[in-house]
This record gives sequence, structure tokens and C-alpha cells, in this order.
Amino acid sequence: MANSIQALRNLPLDGRLAGGAGVSITPAEPMSRVSLRVKDKDVKAIGKALGVALPSKPKTSNMSGDRASAGRCALWIGPDEWLVLDGEGADIAGALAKTKAVISVVNISHRNTAILLEGQNAVDVLRAGCPQNLNDDVFPVGACSRTILGKAEVVIWRTDEQSYHVECWRSFSDYVFKFISQAAKGL
Amino acid sequence: MSGLYRIAGKGRLTPAKTVAFSFDGKSYTGLEGDTLASALLANGVVLTARSFKYHRPRGTMTEGSEEPNSMVGVRRDTARQQPNVRATMQEIYDGFQAVSQNRWPSLSFDIGSINSLLSPLFVAGFYYKTFMWPRVAWEKIYEPKIRAAAGLGLSPTEQDPDHYANKFAYADVVVVGGGPAGLSAALAAAKQGVSVVVCDENAEFGGALLYENDVEIDGKSGYDWAKDIEAQLAAMDNVTILPRTTAFGYYAHNMIGLCERITDHLAVPDADSPRERLWQIRAKKVIIAQGAIERHLVFANNDRPGIMMASAARSYLNKYGVAVGSKIGVYTACDSAYAAAFDLKEAGVDIPVIVDSRTDVDPALLERARELGLTVQTGHSVIDTTGKLRISGIKVAKNGQMANTKYDVDALLISGGWTPSLHLYSQSRAKPVWDGDVKRFLPENPVQDQVSVGACAGTDDLSDVISDAQSAALAAAKSLGVKKPKKISSPKKVTSHYGHAGDHIGSSHGAGADDAVKAFVDYQHDVVANDIRLAVREGMRSIEHVKRFTTTGMATDQGKTSNLHGLAIAADGLGKEIPQVGLTTFRSPFTPVSFGTIVNHGAGDLFDPVRRTPMHDWAVAQGAVFEDVGQWKRGWYFPQAGEDMRASVNRECKTVRESAGVFDASTLGKIEVVGPDAAKFLDIIYTNAWSTLKVGRCRYGIMTHEDGFIFDDGVVGRLAEDRFHVTTTTGGAAGVLNHMEDYLQTEFPELDVWLTSVSEQWGVIAVQGPKARDIIAPLVEGIDLSTESMPHMSVREGTICGVPTRLFRMSFTGEMGYEINVPADYAQSVLEAVWTNAQKYGACAYGTEAMHVLRAEKGYIIVGQETDGSITPHDAGLSWAVSKKKTDFVGIRGLMRDDLIAEGRKQLVGLKTKDPKIVLEEGAQIVADPNQPIPMKMLGHVTSSYWSENCGHSIALAIVEGGRSKMGDALYVPMLDRTIEVEVVDTVFVDQDGGRLNG
Amino acid sequence: MLYIRCPYCEEYRPEIEFRHAGEAHIERPTNLAEISADDMEKFLFIRENKRGIIFERWRHIHGCGRFFNCVRDAVTDQIIMTYKSGEPKPSDAEIEKAILALKEEQA
Repeated sequence: MANSIQALRNLPLDGRLAGGAGVSITPAEPMSRVSLRVKDKDVKAIGKALGVALPSKPKTSNMSGDRASAGRCALWIGPDEWLVLDGEGADIAGALAKTKAVISVVNISHRNTAILLEGQNAVDVLRAGCPQNLNDDVFPVGACSRTILGKAEVVIWRTDEQSYHVECWRSFSDYVFKFISQAAKGL
Repeated sequence: MSGLYRIAGKGRLTPAKTVAFSFDGKSYTGLEGDTLASALLANGVVLTARSFKYHRPRGTMTEGSEEPNSMVGVRRDTARQQPNVRATMQEIYDGFQAVSQNRWPSLSFDIGSINSLLSPLFVAGFYYKTFMWPRVAWEKIYEPKIRAAAGLGLSPTEQDPDHYANKFAYADVVVVGGGPAGLSAALAAAKQGVSVVVCDENAEFGGALLYENDVEIDGKSGYDWAKDIEAQLAAMDNVTILPRTTAFGYYAHNMIGLCERITDHLAVPDADSPRERLWQIRAKKVIIAQGAIERHLVFANNDRPGIMMASAARSYLNKYGVAVGSKIGVYTACDSAYAAAFDLKEAGVDIPVIVDSRTDVDPALLERARELGLTVQTGHSVIDTTGKLRISGIKVAKNGQMANTKYDVDALLISGGWTPSLHLYSQSRAKPVWDGDVKRFLPENPVQDQVSVGACAGTDDLSDVISDAQSAALAAAKSLGVKKPKKISSPKKVTSHYGHAGDHIGSSHGAGADDAVKAFVDYQHDVVANDIRLAVREGMRSIEHVKRFTTTGMATDQGKTSNLHGLAIAADGLGKEIPQVGLTTFRSPFTPVSFGTIVNHGAGDLFDPVRRTPMHDWAVAQGAVFEDVGQWKRGWYFPQAGEDMRASVNRECKTVRESAGVFDASTLGKIEVVGPDAAKFLDIIYTNAWSTLKVGRCRYGIMTHEDGFIFDDGVVGRLAEDRFHVTTTTGGAAGVLNHMEDYLQTEFPELDVWLTSVSEQWGVIAVQGPKARDIIAPLVEGIDLSTESMPHMSVREGTICGVPTRLFRMSFTGEMGYEINVPADYAQSVLEAVWTNAQKYGACAYGTEAMHVLRAEKGYIIVGQETDGSITPHDAGLSWAVSKKKTDFVGIRGLMRDDLIAEGRKQLVGLKTKDPKIVLEEGAQIVADPNQPIPMKMLGHVTSSYWSENCGHSIALAIVEGGRSKMGDALYVPMLDRTIEVEVVDTVFVDQDGGRLNG
Repeated sequence: MLYIRCPYCEEYRPEIEFRHAGEAHIERPTNLAEISADDMEKFLFIRENKRGIIFERWRHIHGCGRFFNCVRDAVTDQIIMTYKSGEPKPSDAEIEKAILALKEEQA
């Protein structure tokens, strides 16, 4: 029954580009993503197996290696919930296949897509739609949070002084991209 | 020349910088920095508007946002037309155009002014009393006519081409108002290093210092002092300065709404620039420095063009270099009006008389008046005015007497004292406190983290204003955790020659209870003193009732100038003290806010997210017509050349049963339920049992709320002992997850199970029909598709087209079928491969309409169509899906409620029309006897109804009282034009034994 | 717009991130199937809805996703305290203490 047909990947924001004064807006490359649920007592062990410690402080993230090496990242989403990100094709679930702990690993690589904002005005673009406090003292580099952008739910992750990674569900990406593009006009 | 009334050497505008503008089509020249009001006054134009009810000629009364009269339409181009713009707030630019409102055919000759002659008719409560009978006339005649005559200005007819922005911000301190108090507070706070936002609704910061040129602070003029502070603030990184920005709302938990006007003052705005920006600022501390608003005086014909607040005239002179007349009378009960008279006199304007209703007036003022050669009549009042389109004279009488002296004037400055602006304070839910000594309501009892400083807190002395503001800022900084606050020095010497003492609240002499005169209290809503007295006579006791009966204070200016007068007159009529009558609550917005700003980014494309499935482009390529299902775009039907909707749907339905159809089912909600207690948890959530479901099998499940009524349904597959793939309805996806999380987190937290939405992880391609297996088989690897190995209602994991799939064998059509779940980004590509094979078998693409027909032919319900929140699983004929063995599930007790197990409940049945060609209306009511008198007893209604090409007749599902015991009965559906006879039948119209499912 | 402290995120967040979830501390009987009609009525329909201090549930649905409880003054909208679901209903004394603490914070 073997067949030679190989399905191709269609990215939801393929070819989009936007920006404004002091901000560039680009769709992120595809990534491996897992929604990970772990109980308190297993957090350490699972982090070890994963290769990146699971942050237990709300609104924080951890990264294996430095930013440039684009290592595995663990974002605190809720008290027992993390969003684990890695490069496309990385087998995150595989790293956890042997654990004896009671956890939940769900692949959401295609559920979410991301948009990257870079530049001195990136934060003001987000302020157009995100009701959270994004001031430096409250939302420093490494901070991440599930929140709202306009009328869509997103995860905002500050990856650098002037860089933000905005994660949303696939079907909302058109809206989120357009929202961010409009907000970048006439800041 | 920028106007005959412009006085050389006065004001701060540059005479050389002229701008051309037009009003009502006539061209004028103004100066850069002028407002429309100042530019018109400079050109001697005092008639700017007609009043709302009586169409009386009106002119500019104020120099600020409290303006009740001068509201105009501003036109930039055909699409950009804004009604009800305050001329006092609108800056002009080269090419600026405005028109007057509420007049026809012209401002100087207005037919509607006949209302003024009929004014005895239009007393308070006129509408309530006059248009009561006959009742039917209200809807047909009165309301449309009144609506046509009412309203101010014209709405634009084209779509607004501008865009509007929003900004959520967080600040330690928000200072509202940029006068001496606001500036002092902002600077004192900013110097402590906390973040500060300071806004002012005007183009320029400085407040009263912009026109009170008698002020000197540490050797600087008040104006220069203010500019200096503004410059210091502008240089600080922790400060945001927002001119032209109105704090319009004070909401719960210290959230302030600001409207920043970005382009309305520019001749050529940047195309990318938003017109306005909404700021939603959460402040740790709010310092309100809104200032005070000068009141008018209530006397006969106190509304003629040319009558204005004394402070406004002073401002027009000292800011804009404009004399508001050439022969200006003054009528006051307050010291501050003298300053206006003195400034104008010194500028060379004739001031025939200053009338002061007080007998005890500050001798210094009287002395200064004598020095300037001015006549002051103390203990006198203006009892009437003359003039048509502009005031021409005043009648001045000794208080309590009617014998009067006439003075010719072309303008009259009035002042009844100052009302602290409590708008934001009141909006924050705090109650104003009456201070009987100064006859003012004061913001002394805040309920949120806020403080009022300056004139809005009742502080008149400038030195106190500044030091109070600084103290408030320091206190705020301290409570924000600033340990060692920097010392803030107060000005050493503050001099201002004229104070704000003195006031008069309520009607003046000559406008007493017995006088049938037009003494206006609320200019914008044309409410006169007698209207308020009438309201009291008619039994209104609460100020809230008086307000609604007379509409005083209910205009767009929210009674900024009028509230206290109205209150005092009502109190007088009721024989009560002012605080016993009480002040009405101010509501946001402080001044009107455009819809564009409120909606901001949520206009046009961004009104609501439009969600498209990962296979949307394929459907477009197949010529799909789409329908909106919530936020989703779904393929509705796929017409071929020459087909209308009905032909297309008929073909799609037939093809699915004859060969196969391909359908995009991606929008269904999907939840991955993972953990050792997954089955136990689903046992709680669904009415049916899941612990018994074997790995690799699926089951249809129903959810009810605790009340026992169906709220969602769907097929659940068990992928592993501890992993289920739950599907929900498209519309129910988010609600079901929330419901499940609720039970998991709060009622059953001990269960080891987690829920993750995977609705968008998987694209879902449904392939339904006898050829379904043949179509997908060549593409699938690692799964044995034979019925023996993979029967109806089973699920397998494998690959398709080289990518992972969760393959469900299930059916919502009654045919053998599959739902292929693939990672979303691959869905379109996989579908294209499926479609290539499907075409070889003559299969079709089908849409949601065909899906609806096909499932109705099988009697499958759609939640929300067959159910309406009052239907139990038993009512829907789904008793088999309610476990009798479980001791608990959500809805178990609800389903036992007496009413839910009673006889004669409405039940789901099929209906066949006697005439097979008639398709019933969905929602149509059903009766047993069509000849019974109206109102008939209705037995139920049609929930779904279609033409079934497969059956060759129409089919319908319906909810009917005791329906299952009425099989074969004839019932009737009365319609407007005919009565349709139907027969009650089984809900399944096609393949009653279900053989086709097993292929 | 309310500013609500999420006890799981340990900070204040804007109301839009939350969804109200009805009155708090209504216990679902463990023997639900067996309760009387009167008890069922109370469980299903009867709510306090009182003026003054109320106990309510919120879900930080667009945040950490957790349900939690909140003590709020329904007249002033002041949020007196929030606490994790499953934690006991605060006593009158605890609520009074929290109100005092809030007053001090503001002063």
C-alpha cells in the first residue's frame, strides 16, 4: 500500500511581512511545541528529562543554552502548565517517553503559530491590544504570559530587550498579524 | 487682517501667521492657534448656533469644554464630517470648514425659531403629557416626527476613513489637568522618580495661567512659570505629557480613560497617523486637578449671543487678543469678573457698567474700578436683556425692584462664581460633600486611590493650590514606596491680584417664581428656571426626577454650567437645603467621545477575528460559497456551473449516498484528555459511560448541565488507556473546555487528568459514502481499513501521505465514512491527495448545508437546532446515551426532576408533509386542530426542515408534546397564507436499520 | 474595568483576562443523585446575590486558566481578597482584617 505521495506543509502566515517606525513584524519559523502538564512533585525530574528546567515562578521562562543557539524553551503558563518550544522536528515528547511520572504531553506544534516583533517600538505595538502591564519592571526579558491581544488569546514572551514572540492559535494568526500590523502604523 | 476685534499687542498668537477658514460657507481669516470660537469672535461673529428646543439664537458662552451653545459641524472632506464639535475646543487650520447646526434655512433666519413663540407649549414634561393619546399615534406619528425634529447636527453618511488607536498603559501617578495644580503635582511626583502621566484637554498646558495675567510667581509671569514647569516635565524620561487629551472616564480600580486627539488640529494629517487614541491607564494614584467651571447667572433672556462668562472674555483677550465686543457690560456676583472688566478696559474696550448683585464688595476692586473710570452698581442686577441676533442692551435694577436703567451693550460678561469640577471624582463613585460656608460641593471623601487638588478641591488661593498639589504628589510618592522623597520647594512669592470669592446660586433677581420669563438654567437643553419650578409643583421630589422631567443637565455638556443652579432652584421650590436635595451622579464620558475612539482597532477587518480552516484555500478553489459559523468561515455548498443553492445541495446529498463526498470538518472542537483518570473524568462529564470503552473505539456522547438539559454532544475516541480524543460542536468548543475545566479544577481536583485544546492542531477531512474506503486506502499506511479490523466507531493512529493521522471511522451522514485528522499545516496537502482519488469515484465536495440535510435524513440532532436549553436526552430520543449504572455524572439529579420525567414533555419526532413538495419553515408552530380559536394551543415547533433529494420528499424534525405517542397522527402547521398538514413519523428517514454505516 | 489579583499568577491582572463564574462556595453534594427536591433547588437555583460583601468565582481564562475565589464588595466593587479554589471560605474576621489592610495601603 506504500505510496509516493508526501504531504507538504502550508504555513498560515507564509510570506507575510509588516512593520512600522521602529518595529519589524515577521512570522516565526515553524517549531515543535508541546503543552506539558506536570504535578509539583515531578517538576524537577521532568525538567531534567526535558533538558530545560521548568520554571515554577509565574510568568517566567527558561531556556537551555543561550538565545542564539535557539535551545529548548519552557514557558510558565499556569501552575501546572508549561509551553515547551523547540526547533522544527525536535522530538520533545520523545524526551519524556520514559518518565514514570504522571504527566500530560500534548503535541500542539500545528495548533500554535508565532509572530516575532523586533524594535524599540515593539512593546508599544503590543500595548495597543494587550491589557497587561508590559512595563520593564513588570515584564522584563524572559517574561511570558498567556493574555489577550485585541480580541484574540495569545502568549506573549519577551525574548530580548526589544524582541517579543507572540504565540496564537493557527486560525487567529491572520487576525493577530493584521492587528499588530495596524497597531504599528502611526505609533 | 485676522478680524476687526483683534487688538494689536494683546494675546499670544502671531499676527503674521494667518489661516483661512470658513463658517457656514463664508470665508474668514484667523490666526494659527485660534480656536474656531476665538477666530469667529475676532471677526465679530457672535451668532454661532440655534438652541435645541426653541431654536433661539445663541453664541459662544465659554472658552472651554463646558461650552453649552457653540456646537458646530466640522467638515474635512465628504467622509470626514463630525457633528457637535465644540467651537471652543476646535483649533482651526488653513482650509478649515465648519457649519452651524440646528437651523434651517440659515442661522440668522431659522424657521424652527417659531418654537420660541410656541414656547408656553413646550414646558417641562411637554412630551410626556401631550403625546399620550391616542396610543397608536405614538409609534406612527409622534415618535417619527419628534425624532426628525430632535437631535443636534448631522451624522456623516460615509464610512469613516480614519483609523483610531488604543493604548493600554500603567502609571504610578496619573495627573488629570495641566493647570497650576496639575503641573505642580506632576513635577513634584516626577522628581521622586515615579512614572507620571499628565494630560490636559486643551492644546496648551497652563490652565487659568494662560489668561490670568495678573499672576506672578517668583518673579515670572504665571504663564512663563507654567511653561517652565512643562519644559521640565518634557525633559524627564518618567513623564508622559499628553495635551489635547481628555480624561473622560474614571472607572473601577483606578482605571482612567483618556481620549487623545492627534490630527483634528492639523491641516494635513499624516496618512498613517490615527485620528485619536484611546488610553486605558491603570494608575496607582490619581491626582485630579480638573479645576473649576465658572457659572452663569440665571436672569431673563440670559442667553442672547454676546453674553458669556467673564473668564471666557478674559481668556479671549489675553490668549487670543480678541475683544468679545466693543461696548461690554459686566454682571457678576463674583470677584473674578472684575479682572476681565479691568483687562478689557485697559485694552481700550468700553465698559459701560459693572453690575454686582452683592452689596458687600471688596473695596480694593471698587477702588481699582474708580481708577479706571468704571461705573460699578453694587446691589443691582441685570433683570433683562434686549437684542435679536446679538445682545443690544441690558436693564439694570436695584435688587428687589423693577424700575430699571438701560445700558446699550454689544456683549455682556456674567459670573455666578465657580463650581469645582467634580466630574471624575463623582465618576469614581465618590459622593460630593456640601460645604455650606463656601456653598460648594467638594471632593472630600474619595473612595478610590485618588486625591483632588486645586480649584476642583475648592482651593482658590494660588499659593495654596501649588503647595497642596505638591504635598499630594509627595504623599502619593511615599505611599508608592519612595523612601526618601526629594525635597520640593514651593514658590517663595506668589501674587495674584484678583480672587474668586463670591457667588450666586439659583435664579437671580427678576427671575423669581412669579415671572414668566425665559431665564435659562441649562442652555443646551433649553431648560429655564420655571421648568424646574414646574417640575417641583408637579410632584417631583428627588433631583433625579427633576432632572429627568425637565432634562436639565442631561445634554452633552452634562450640565457643567447649570447643575448647581438647577439644584438650588429645585431646593428652593421644595423648601429644602441644597444637600438635602442632593447632586446627581456624573457619568462618563466627561465630554463626548467618538465611536471611532471607543472601537479603535476593532473596526473593519479587525472587528472580529475571522477564522479560516487550514483547508480554506481548497474550498475556495472548488468554488465554495461560505457561511459564517461563529467566527469561522465554513464551506456552505459547492455549486457547479449553472447550479443554484438547491441544485447544488441536492446533487451533493445524492452523490454522498451514491458514491462519496469530501467535507472539511476542521472547525469541530477537539480536546485531548490525558491521564490515568481520564475515563473516570469523562464518566462524570458525559451522561454515558466511558470506562467501558475499549482502546481504539469511539462513542457518541452527550453532555448536560446539572439541570439535565443537553448542552453539547460529540464523538469521543479512546487512543490509549489514559488518552481520549474528545470532539465537540463547532460553537461549543470553548464552552465545553471551560465546563470541563470547571469540574476538574473545582469539584474533582483529585483526579489525575489534564485537558488540552487541540481543535487547531488537527485539520479534519471527512470522507463519507460507500466509496470512502476506496478513496483513502491508497494514501493510508499502517492501518488496516477493513471493517473486521476497523469497524464503524473506531479510531486508529497511522500515517497518511507520509504524515501522522488520527483516523476515525465514524459518520454524521449515515454512510460508511472516515474523519481523517492530520496536523493542520498538512491538511490542505492531504486533502488535495484525497480529492484526486475522490474524483476517480465521482465523489463530490460537500458543504455544511448538505451535511445538515444528510444528518437530518438520519435523525441525528444538532445541538442548538433540535435543542434549545430545555431539551433532555430523553426528550431528544437519546435515552440510550444516558447511563443507568453510573452513580454520578453532571446532570444525574437534574434528569430526575419531577418536571423532567413528567408525561407529555415535548419530544423529538419526524414530520412528513402530506404534500411531499412542501418544505416546512423552521421554527413554525404545530397544532392539533387548525380550526380552534386563536390563541391556539401550540404543541411544539419545527426544528429542522429540508428538501430531501434522496427521499424524494421534504423531511422535518420537530419537538412535539408527547410526540412519540403520536406516531402516524395528523398535525397541522398554520402559516400566514395556508395551513399545512403533516404526519408524525420516526426521526430516521433513510436506512432505518443502519446497515449502510457498516459498509 | 476591574483589576484582579490572580492567586496563582500572584499578581494583579486586568479584568478582560478573566471570566466570572458565579457564586463561590456552593458545594456539589457527593451524593447528588440522592438529594431531595428541596436540596436540589437550593443547589441548582438559589443564590445569595446580596448587596455588600459577596463570594464569587472567577476563572483566569486568558491567563493561567485557573478557577479561584474572590471576596468583593458588590457596592463599591472593591476586591477584598482572592484565594485559590479549594481553600476555605474566609471568616468575617479575616475579611475585616483584609479591608483594614487595604485602607492602610491606600492612606
